[in-house]
Amino acid sequence: MRVYTPKDNVQKKAYYTDRFHKVPHVPKEAVESDEVFAADLEAIKAKFEVLDAYIQVGQMVVFINAKDNYNVLELMRDELEYTQLSEMSAVDFLAQNNSFEVFYQMLSMNKRKRIRVKMNIKKGEAVNTVEPLFRSADWAEREMYDMFGIEANGHPFMKRILMPYDWHDHPLLKTYPLHGDEAASWYEVDKIYGKEARELIGPELRDSAEVDRYDSNRFARLGFEVSKGTEITGDEPRVEQSYQEDGGVFLIKKFDRESSTVIDDPQR
Amino acid sequence: MAQIKNRLTPFFENITFDREDNEMVLNFGPQHPSSHGQLRLMLHLQQEQIVKAHPDVGYLHRGMEKMAENMIYNEFLPTTDRMDYIASSSNNYGFALAVEKLIGLEVPRRAKVIRMMLLEINRLMSHLFWLATTALDIGAMTVFLFAFREREYLMDIMEGYCGARLTHSAIRIGGVPLDIQDSFIPQLKDFLDKLPQNIKDYEDLLDTNRIWLMRMEEVGTISTEMALSWGCTGPMLRASGVAWDIRKEEPYELYDEVEFNVPYSDKGDNFARYRIYMEEMRESAKILYQCIDMYDECVKNGQTELMAHAPKYVSAPKLDIMTQNYSLMQHFVLVTQGMRPPVGEVYVATESPKGELGFYINSQGGPYPYRLKLRAPSFWHTGILTDLLPGHYIPDVVSIIGTTNIVFGEVDR
Repeated sequence: MRVYTPKDNVQKKAYYTDRFHKVPHVPKEAVESDEVFAADLEAIKAKFEVLDAYIQVGQMVVFINAKDNYNVLELMRDELEYTQLSEMSAVDFLAQNNSFEVFYQMLSMNKRKRIRVKMNIKKGEAVNTVEPLFRSADWAEREMYDMFGIEANGHPFMKRILMPYDWHDHPLLKTYPLHGDEAASWYEVDKIYGKEARELIGPELRDSAEVDRYDSNRFARLGFEVSKGTEITGDEPRVEQSYQEDGGVFLIKKFDRESSTVIDDPQR
Repeated sequence: MAQIKNRLTPFFENITFDREDNEMVLNFGPQHPSSHGQLRLMLHLQQEQIVKAHPDVGYLHRGMEKMAENMIYNEFLPTTDRMDYIASSSNNYGFALAVEKLIGLEVPRRAKVIRMMLLEINRLMSHLFWLATTALDIGAMTVFLFAFREREYLMDIMEGYCGARLTHSAIRIGGVPLDIQDSFIPQLKDFLDKLPQNIKDYEDLLDTNRIWLMRMEEVGTISTEMALSWGCTGPMLRASGVAWDIRKEEPYELYDEVEFNVPYSDKGDNFARYRIYMEEMRESAKILYQCIDMYDECVKNGQTELMAHAPKYVSAPKLDIMTQNYSLMQHFVLVTQGMRPPVGEVYVATESPKGELGFYINSQGGPYPYRLKLRAPSFWHTGILTDLLPGHYIPDVVSIIGTTNIVFGEVDR
């Protein structure tokens, strides 16, 4: 029997951890240890609820409520001189506490400081867009939607950015499988011809070394060229293939072999 | 049963489109030679003028962030080569530095000097490549050949150091794997001595060239607000009037010990960006001369360490691994299980040739990063085309894409 693995987090796990292993932590410093950060935090605290704040590896991390994200970032941009949104994305903690951690990485060029604003949102919740504040959020939020399925309310063009529009699921979720869909090569066949045709059509040809019987005509190897017009014979007769949806497709002219000119010899 | 091949071969049909207005939609790329990789632009045109631009990316998406979550830290390092493959050591370095900050490693001085040399060589390679391809896009074949010739020298130096010309993986977490070879510094000096004359040659060909000026001046102007709002960094930001260079402002390695200037311009157009790339090459040469002196000093002072000493995270030197049992065991554990950085998160930005290259790593104490976000400068420099292109004409598209210096390895990741 196959070993059961939990499906809510398919990320690779350490296969061995020795029993004396003690997990260390990156030290967190108090915000008061840095004057600039302390002043910034005071300014944010004066207007919004701050859930947690500390300094880690030289950057301040501020946890806020998800509903305040637009206003906090606006305050930071207009009053605290954090003029650039370097990066934003999310971290998937669905398996641990059914939430995403969304972070905004802010940069102040005048103060030479970086702040990471973080907030937690539950599964299925959307965030407020910050695109009107920072145009860079336009693409960043699209990427976050593409990778995690977190939508941004009020975003002008909430579409996938890296994956194809018709892609199923969001790849950076921890539930997203690490191997491909083995049945995918049949979907097109099933849709057009029905499942019964699978046997007739056979599996997709993925062998790049496969030699088609017409290949000796089309792509002869150097030194083995076949003169033009040579009869290439195989065991099956050549069948003309054509396919069209029943009833036709919008804007597309129905193909009719009878009324078309067929050019047998392209170099006539 | 016999297979019927070619059954799903598509055939072409007559498609007609009707539009009420005069607007034409032009599909630019993703296989256009001047689209620098896999950029697809959907351009809405009124006559020759662009009224709306919609960049479409993702044709080179390999899911590096997902890959990183399922690889041990050292295993992921060669993957970073494939981001900005024009200057791959910069990516290696950005990742290595982020992990070192997470762990709290201090790298030996000699390794720092070598890293700086590699970084600046990569910057020169990237800028020369930029000059060559942009000039070629605009039609200047001579500059293309000149700049590629110089880049070839640098690639040979890199090849001598690490064996690879494009995907170097020349930097490790905790230092560098090798000392530089004997021919490294003489070759580099030869190159640097010739560089001012070479840069002057390019400038003589371009600076007063009427065609170049017409394609560059007052084209693709980015205002300071727009550059900041779009998250532009590097030469894109410096050309728009903000003298922000991470090497200067948040120095890493030994950049606070070397003298160099940060060229910037307040014009914001293609020509300003071109000038900045040229000046930055001169500054890089300046840094490299100083690095050579620093390296000689390290040799004189007998600083031979190349990797940090941290048995929990970094393997011992090869000699120890081959001679000492404990080092061998440690190495075996680090290779099979991988290092386990402490729980925490870090965002580290470095100045890559294209701009701010950031690595956000969220570690939960396991041998695999829990989340790794790659902040690639080109991603935002592609996004800005949405706002930058409208109002320009079709030929400007090519010169604007050229000067934004986007590389699709890092846009799509």
